[in-house]
Amino acid sequence: MHNLIPKQRIKLSWLLKMAWRDSRKNRSRLLLFISAIVLGIAALVAVYSFKDNLQKDIDAQAKELTGADLVLDSRKGVSNVMNNMLDTLGDERSQEKTFASMIYFLKGGGSRLVQMKALQGKYPYYGSIETTPIAAATNFQSDRNALVDKTLILQFNAKVGDSVKVGDLNFKILGTLTKAPGQTGISASIAPTVYIPLQYLEKTNLIKTGSRINHKFYFKFNDPSKVDEWVKKHDSKLEKEGFDAETVESKKEQTGRSFKDVNRFLALSGFIALLLGCIGVGSAIQVYIQEKLAAIATLRCLGLKARHAFFIYLIQVFFIGLIAAVIGAVLGTAIQFLLPWVLKDFLPIEITMQVSWPAVGQGILLGIIISVLFALPSLLGVRKISPLNAIRVSFEKSRGRLDPLLWLVYLLMAAFIAGFTHLQMKTWVQTLFFTTSIAIAFILLLILSKLLMFMVRKLLPGTASYLWRQGFANLYRPNNQTLMLTVSIGLSTTFICTLFFVQGILMNRVSLSSGSNQPNMVMFDIQNTQKEGLDSLTKSFKLPLMNQVPVITMRIEEINGKKSTADTNNRRAYRNEIRATYQDTLTAAEKITAGKWTGSVKAGATVYISLDQRYAQQIKVGLNDKILFNVQGMMIPTVVGSLREVNWSRMQTNFRVVFPAGVLEEAPQFHVLMTRVPSSEVSARFQGEVVRQFPNVSVIDLDLVLKLLDELLGKIGFVIQFMAGFSMVTGWIVLISSVLTSKNQRIKESILLRTMGASSKQIIRINAIEYFFLGAFAAGAGLILSLVGSWTLAKFSFDAAFIPPFWSTLALFGSIVLLVVITGVLSTRSILKQPPLKILRTEG
Amino acid sequence: MESILNIRKVSKIYQSAGRELTVLDQINFSITQGSTVAITGPSGSGKTTLLGLCAGLDRASTGTVELNGIALEKLDEDERAAVRNQYVGFIFQNFQLLPTLTALENVMVPMELRGAKNIKAHALELLDKVGLADRAHHYPVQLSGGEQQRVSLARAFSNQPAILFADEPTGNLDAETSEKVIKLLFDLNKDAGTTLIIVTHDLELAARTARTIKIKGGAILSDENPTYA
Repeated sequence: MHNLIPKQRIKLSWLLKMAWRDSRKNRSRLLLFISAIVLGIAALVAVYSFKDNLQKDIDAQAKELTGADLVLDSRKGVSNVMNNMLDTLGDERSQEKTFASMIYFLKGGGSRLVQMKALQGKYPYYGSIETTPIAAATNFQSDRNALVDKTLILQFNAKVGDSVKVGDLNFKILGTLTKAPGQTGISASIAPTVYIPLQYLEKTNLIKTGSRINHKFYFKFNDPSKVDEWVKKHDSKLEKEGFDAETVESKKEQTGRSFKDVNRFLALSGFIALLLGCIGVGSAIQVYIQEKLAAIATLRCLGLKARHAFFIYLIQVFFIGLIAAVIGAVLGTAIQFLLPWVLKDFLPIEITMQVSWPAVGQGILLGIIISVLFALPSLLGVRKISPLNAIRVSFEKSRGRLDPLLWLVYLLMAAFIAGFTHLQMKTWVQTLFFTTSIAIAFILLLILSKLLMFMVRKLLPGTASYLWRQGFANLYRPNNQTLMLTVSIGLSTTFICTLFFVQGILMNRVSLSSGSNQPNMVMFDIQNTQKEGLDSLTKSFKLPLMNQVPVITMRIEEINGKKSTADTNNRRAYRNEIRATYQDTLTAAEKITAGKWTGSVKAGATVYISLDQRYAQQIKVGLNDKILFNVQGMMIPTVVGSLREVNWSRMQTNFRVVFPAGVLEEAPQFHVLMTRVPSSEVSARFQGEVVRQFPNVSVIDLDLVLKLLDELLGKIGFVIQFMAGFSMVTGWIVLISSVLTSKNQRIKESILLRTMGASSKQIIRINAIEYFFLGAFAAGAGLILSLVGSWTLAKFSFDAAFIPPFWSTLALFGSIVLLVVITGVLSTRSILKQPPLKILRTEG
Repeated sequence: MESILNIRKVSKIYQSAGRELTVLDQINFSITQGSTVAITGPSGSGKTTLLGLCAGLDRASTGTVELNGIALEKLDEDERAAVRNQYVGFIFQNFQLLPTLTALENVMVPMELRGAKNIKAHALELLDKVGLADRAHHYPVQLSGGEQQRVSLARAFSNQPAILFADEPTGNLDAETSEKVIKLLFDLNKDAGTTLIIVTHDLELAARTARTIKIKGGAILSDENPTYA
């Protein structure tokens, strides 16, 4: 008998032809599919391309970033042993001392805090200090000349040939500094650079006790290949002498690392857009396959095998995915040109944007994988479409067990999300956290939708009007879309709101208070002998003395009797210089969280200090641990008496280590004074007077810094919003596909109601009620998940308080509900415009 | 004459709301090659279910369906699809033309599935026979109901089926168009020598076949001119 069963050999070419033919009339549906993933792919391609180009440029420009083969720098003084070593190292060498100082423009009378660089030698050996005129960069060391950053020249309306006062000496501006090696736009605007020749530094009298000077030594080697080896060999000696070494290789790594977090954030934002797109792909394909049901059943009647029907649609999805991915890649490549523009102020190098083929390839591959993977649950259903559908319109599928292939697809989806997240995060803990969060959100939304259906069924009052009963009943009746819409709208809302909240948390974390009672000017490097004089000067300008604190620099010598050499797991504690203070009472920004605060100590008694609780964690000490401090040569034994929570965002000087009064009064120290100036005119006059009378005292105009920070935050905010925008638009597209899916379920009912005499208004109201509750419930559920997620992130990742912005949250919630209702009602209106018979026949 | 379709003790039982619903109960009949048969009965009598079983679109709960000597219940869904493609033609009440294919492409599909060669000329010839040669490149939506059913006829005969099932072929057509389509159906059937089974309410149409099987409540009520009982 089996001989009678014909052998059917379907060629791939026929499947391709059929896939093409079949897509002819429904390409607008596939447009939804394309739109769902285009933006996600675009975002990722843009981020990947930017990352590639950045890495390429870092590699190419690393020498220009360091300006030398080896840079050694120290904040400590230079010992004789070290001096001998430095004098013989390399084939060419330069020296630079960098410190913060005030500069005073003699002609215009303006003054500002700058980063002063006193240079000697032919640095940079690679790249150049760019000046106008060009020759100024090489000539300025020959006499008492200065190179002044262009932002200062513009701010004080100065020009080449004018003079500036630096400490006790006047320097002639020989050139305008346009670019220094390794300098970013942001660092130049916060602390603009001024170069002076090193030979004149001493005569400026700026170097006083406690001055924070960074000593830098630049070396050029005729054979630079041995530099890294040399650094490795001398690592421990350099560390002992308090020196850091930087080579071209280490600079490459460090610069790449600085941008890793930025890239990771950008890539994750893109990925979230793409994940939303995945939901869109799922919905769009579900709609598409539903519309193809009759055609598939007919083809099956005509003898098409189930797997071939599946392949026809798989081919369509593959090519549509490819088209979407290519469009996304093109768009992403175009968008990547915007990223350097947005981020240019943070970049130390020139970015040469070009098409990154690996990024384009990655994007296209990702687009295809996502399209196919997330379409598979609907596509697998094609295999189960019975030919009986062709003769029985209302044929109902038998409810069999879940297809094992479907389980496999769900597993692959989870693996894909986890795998891709791992590629971004690099650690499995974070990957697990992210993937589990998505899974939990998904499951919770499923449970919530079931709960909604149960509650509506139980609580729906029989006395409500027909329209309300019908609208509500739509939420749980057969063919309802409650589950699908709650999950898709809920997840979209969760993603969008979380991005919005995290943006808020980040912005709050970095923004500073600038209230009218807050200080807006800080003076530091004030010597003991200058304290009274500066107080009087401040008072003579009728300015308040708002926060006056002494600052003492020190290092940790021992913790519980262990020196740095013995305490190898805690090197960081000993390495960094600490700036501490002493005070007899706590400030408003401090709160004791453990132990007991000691305000003063008598001679010879145990010194109980207080540590910032986070700093204590970092250096691995707790209450009653013993710390021996080296205060510029003098050893002071202390015991950790209390831990404090410090509000670092308050506009005042805060310290990680606080001593009680009675210990450090005689130690070498400088003072910080904060005040509030009423206007920029008073600020300029006051600064000018401070620089004239106390040339070594540095003044920071916080209003200026706040203004710069504002601009900076605006730019960061733009980047965040820019990336979140991808998710928001994708979320909306997903919403449209979800509503369209449910529309198909509602068409017949609406038409039947119309046939029975329901007015368009009544049908629209029924649909509006259904979509309103669906939208409100799904958005509400998504919002709750997002609040929980944001709170968790704020608490554990950003260590910040999270207070959701009430009105913005409400507006976000309202907008999503409104969007669901409008999209739902608009989709109904298109049906109502046509005569019922026409649609009944088409659906028939 | 040889039987092309043998139905023996066929039952179809559905599970509905936790209880069994018997739609067809112990049906027996046989159809000889080249004959014309009408299956009639009131709505819900089970005639469409019977057509689905006879054409290999569904599997019987019990009993055997033998089509052209092949026991369909022993085949998997893919093998049944191959049988349908080789031996069966369909005409549907709603025409069921593939909306994204032109009239010509619709007619070509069964032949393409078989992997047949030089099919375009044959498809055009069939369209010519049903009077639609000039509408070959029109899509279904551009054709009237009668024209769509004529394309459907051309498609049904395109793979030279051994047996042709027509499910209410005039159910969606007006009287005049119905007459034209029925005439065409019988003419084509005569030319091809195909066995024709029509499921219909229309007693006039049923009267034009050589044999009528009446079904009610899932059982055969009468079988006029039976060849097997």
